[in-house]
Amino acid sequence: MAQLPKGEPAPSDGRITKLFDSAQHSFHAYVHIPYCLTRCGYCDFNTYTASELANHRRDEYFEYVLKEISFSREVLAASEVIARPISTVFFGGGTPTLLAADDLIQILQGLRSTFGISPEAEITTEANPDSVDESYLEKLFEAGFNRISFGMQSAVPEVLKVLERTHNPENVEKNVAIAKRIGFQTSVDLIYGTPGESLADWKKSLQVATSLETDHISAYSLIVEPGTKLNRQIESGQISPPDEDLHAQMYEMVEQVLVEAGFRNYEVSNWARGVDSRSKHNMAYWQSQDWWGYGPGAHSHIAGNRFWNVKHPAAYAERISQAISPALERELVDSDNRVVEKVMLELRLVDGVDVQWLRSQGLAGPKIVAELIADELIEGASAISGRMTLTPKGRLLADAVIRKVLEF
Amino acid sequence: MSPRAKTALEPAKTNPELIRNFCIIAHIDHGKSTLADRMLQLTGVVDDRSMRAQYLDRMDIERERGITIKSQAVRMPWELDGQTYALNMIDTPGHVDFTYEVSRSLAACEGAVLLVDAAQGIEAQTLANLYLALENDLTIIPVLNKIDLPAAQPEKYAEELAELIGGKPEDCLKVSGKTGVGVDQLLDVIIRTVPNPVGDPNAPARAMIFDSVYDTYRGVVTYVRMVDGSLSAREKITMLSTKAVHELLEIGVSSPEPEPTKGLGVGEVGYLITGVKDVRQSKVGDTVTTSLKPATTALKGYSEPKPMVFSGIYPIDGSDYPNLREALDKLKLSDASLVYEPETSVALGFGFRCGFLGLLHLEIITERLEREFGLDLIATAPSVVYEVTLDDKKEVTVTNPSEYPVGKISKVLEPIVRATILSPKDYVGTIMELCQSRRGNMLDMQYFGTDRVQLRYDMPLAEIVFDFFDNLKSRTQGYASLDYEENGLSEGDLVKVDILLQGEQVDAFSAIVHREKAYAYGVMMTSKLRELIPRQQFEVPIQAAVGARIIARETIRAMRKDVLAKCYGGDISRKRKLLEKQKEGKKRMKMVGRVEVPQEAFIAALSSDTEKKGEKKGK
Ligand SMILES: Nc1nc2c(ncn2[C@@H]2O[C@H](COP(=O)(O)OP(=O)(O)OP(=O)(O)O)[C@@H](O)[C@H]2O)c(=O)[nH]1
Ligand SMILES: C[S@@+](CC[C@H](N)C(=O)[O-])C[C@H]1O[C@@H](n2cnc3c(N)ncnc32)[C@H](O)[C@@H]1O
Ligand code: SF4
Ligand SMILES: [Mg+2]
Repeated sequence: MAQLPKGEPAPSDGRITKLFDSAQHSFHAYVHIPYCLTRCGYCDFNTYTASELANHRRDEYFEYVLKEISFSREVLAASEVIARPISTVFFGGGTPTLLAADDLIQILQGLRSTFGISPEAEITTEANPDSVDESYLEKLFEAGFNRISFGMQSAVPEVLKVLERTHNPENVEKNVAIAKRIGFQTSVDLIYGTPGESLADWKKSLQVATSLETDHISAYSLIVEPGTKLNRQIESGQISPPDEDLHAQMYEMVEQVLVEAGFRNYEVSNWARGVDSRSKHNMAYWQSQDWWGYGPGAHSHIAGNRFWNVKHPAAYAERISQAISPALERELVDSDNRVVEKVMLELRLVDGVDVQWLRSQGLAGPKIVAELIADELIEGASAISGRMTLTPKGRLLADAVIRKVLEF
Repeated sequence: MSPRAKTALEPAKTNPELIRNFCIIAHIDHGKSTLADRMLQLTGVVDDRSMRAQYLDRMDIERERGITIKSQAVRMPWELDGQTYALNMIDTPGHVDFTYEVSRSLAACEGAVLLVDAAQGIEAQTLANLYLALENDLTIIPVLNKIDLPAAQPEKYAEELAELIGGKPEDCLKVSGKTGVGVDQLLDVIIRTVPNPVGDPNAPARAMIFDSVYDTYRGVVTYVRMVDGSLSAREKITMLSTKAVHELLEIGVSSPEPEPTKGLGVGEVGYLITGVKDVRQSKVGDTVTTSLKPATTALKGYSEPKPMVFSGIYPIDGSDYPNLREALDKLKLSDASLVYEPETSVALGFGFRCGFLGLLHLEIITERLEREFGLDLIATAPSVVYEVTLDDKKEVTVTNPSEYPVGKISKVLEPIVRATILSPKDYVGTIMELCQSRRGNMLDMQYFGTDRVQLRYDMPLAEIVFDFFDNLKSRTQGYASLDYEENGLSEGDLVKVDILLQGEQVDAFSAIVHREKAYAYGVMMTSKLRELIPRQQFEVPIQAAVGARIIARETIRAMRKDVLAKCYGGDISRKRKLLEKQKEGKKRMKMVGRVEVPQEAFIAALSSDTEKKGEKKGK
């Protein structure tokens, strides 16, 4: 399972060392639900199947999260971080929809009563196409949820099989339609470059996905994460490793198909029909706003502090019941590293980074910018008018561009 | 076993008639150092508790590789027929690169134990070292070793040995350095047959320097063999060649630990310490005399070994350059055969062009530099020295392929060696094939006994440097042995092959090869580099060229994807750390034009492993 990063021990009272005043930043909440029916072969998220969690009561999980919510309020106050109403809420996992709709709603109410939620807030939950139905979705909508992100991954049964996705592809269509009818904004997640997946398979998935007429689509190239079953299968030669050149071709295909279907790319792996249908929650991550991540293994970022909770649900529950901060470690991001992070995150966005700002940081000298333009990695016209933005080719080589800009 | 001699003879006062100076010579691994171990124990100079295998191989690198690199002299007492003698034994290295160590040891002795592994028989260095010993008029004691081995065939090899040096097979001693069997008789035989040293005790002192070693604690330790007269502690000595005067701070014998003595007399072997800090001030082959009553004629010295193989040595981290210089300076203190001068490479930065006695010497020096001085190094492919004459009669000496002159060349001379190969006769065919493919010119072929053959070839040294030995070993299942010596220069039809990355020449990969092998080298290097250099954001052509003519070409396709798909809130710290790691990794990249080439690619492309592969492909 994905390793947590390496940081310094977090203070046991959870106290935040304010590196700067983030009052101007918006405030967001992420809620992690660490449960899945089965574990997909490629997945290294912090999630557990029932059999992996003996003596664990999923139905009590929301109570721990509620406790962490009130704890977070105290920590922010004690750390003199100005409280702001929440701008977006995102329930992720894991499979949040494995919990009863009421559990999710209780958590949302907890956030609302503790911090307040802006009226126009985006409130999303991830959903497994199999684990929701009409009444479930209606309940969520009534409680204020307004966006659903379905884990579709692929429309091709053979590909889903390699990914070990157990959901019934037909449920994607069915539930997206229901969600739309109820009034949700909708999104689907896709994965491409699965071993054995052909360009034709990928085209098929894209066609099905666009036919759903969601507001938003995320498409990720398959990452073979260390420690996953998929990784073992590749190492033992059972499954051939993904081909990066094919990934590139598939990426070009998403861009083409989605643009034709009326989507616009706004982050390397994300496309939306309009500016309003972008994932505001994810944008908050990429623009280094403040957020608190609730639940085991969840990451938070507040006033230059990055901290993350203990990983295991049992360890998390233990700390919460003893009123000890669930944060395991933290990292105080100094101003140099904040620059690094900003470039690393914002260059991936459609609006890119301000060239003057880069200059003011001693980065992106004329020679570097000219070279990036010549290599067709950034848009020349946009650079001339003051923004460094990636070309489609540059998006595929974003990490190389980032290293070059940072002179890494 | 308790030693026979109860009290050793006192140095400086020993009657030369009671001294025996001998060395142990053999092919590599035939057991010289192990036999020396038994002698150390039997004579009591090393007690059983302190004993360890190959006691005299003291350098880490000697111990790890199980080979002797430096000769070591030890004084040991031994009693025969009620008379105590002083034996000076010199254990020598067997590897061809260190033949010069053997020659200078021979000059300090009157006798040589010619050791032959009874399971292997006579091999190339057996012959080479025997030849050197006879040149020095030494008394030869033939000895078969490892008779404890089930595969030993002492009778058979005794006959071959007898045939070789004259004498009867039964005169050949049979010992085991492992079990100690026969070692006491051997010591007796040494006393009986090796002539005692003779010299004039009243003449002005003359001592021959046969080794000079730098020791961090003691400074330069000079090993000498007294020929005439005597030296004593605290007196002033003069080096005959330079007339430099030094004070003798310490004089003594190794037994095997240094033991200071009052002095050294005729025929004795021992060491001198003068406080000199540089071995070059105490040159091997020079004659030491006293300042008070100096001798006028020097003893016959030996010529310093000439470096045969050159390689560019570069620090992987450019900022280590001064440390590399310092490290080379230090190694030079104890290894006068190491030569070097600064050079720069476009691809590798600042480094040194170093000259070595052979490939093993190169390997050992680089390993010592890395280990003893904590440096990370890249060594370029070994090259020999070419004498190039241009059309305008100008002559250039080339030790670095990238300095090979462009333009009108009228003649290129390359070093030739005379190679002696000994092998079971079954392999003659494959050996001849190999030598022919390496531009060898066969001189003669001679049988030893019924099943062993000696082949002699004149061959360009460059061909030997290019992985010849490994090839020979693998073609003969390890049975063939090789010895070679310089044998002048000869004109060759040679060309320089350059390797270009995106049109930029990478000097470190240039090679001077025979015209007919240029294509094979080009194909080997370009395809190797295609595998080793990671894809860049643009296409990178790799070409091999002779002059302006491209003879081989490969392409590294442009990298099309370098981005992590997902970047959630929880991925940010990890992703930043990944970037930082990549930044670190970039320090190990060398830029060739716009192409980032990892150090590892240079190392792998320059390793001899590549040459082997290339060879297979070339055929
Ligand atoms: N069985 C057996 N093995 C021996 C005997 N003498 C030496 N060996 C083994 O042969 C190998 C080489 O022995 P060394 O004494 O290092 O040989 P060397 O001639 O000094 O080698 P170089 O100094 O590298 O030329 C070692 O593995 C020894 O243990 C012997 O009498 N019997
Ligand atoms: C937080 S995850 C999991 C959400 C939900 N449990 C599911 O699997 O549908 C969100 C998305 O990340 C993507 N993802 C997960 N693991 C991935 C991997 N190894 N490589 C690429 N994308 C991955 C999938 O598209 C997934 O829908
Ligand atoms: S459903 Fe999603 S979180 Fe759960 S195991 Fe599969 S990929 Fe991972
Ligand atoms: Mg030895």
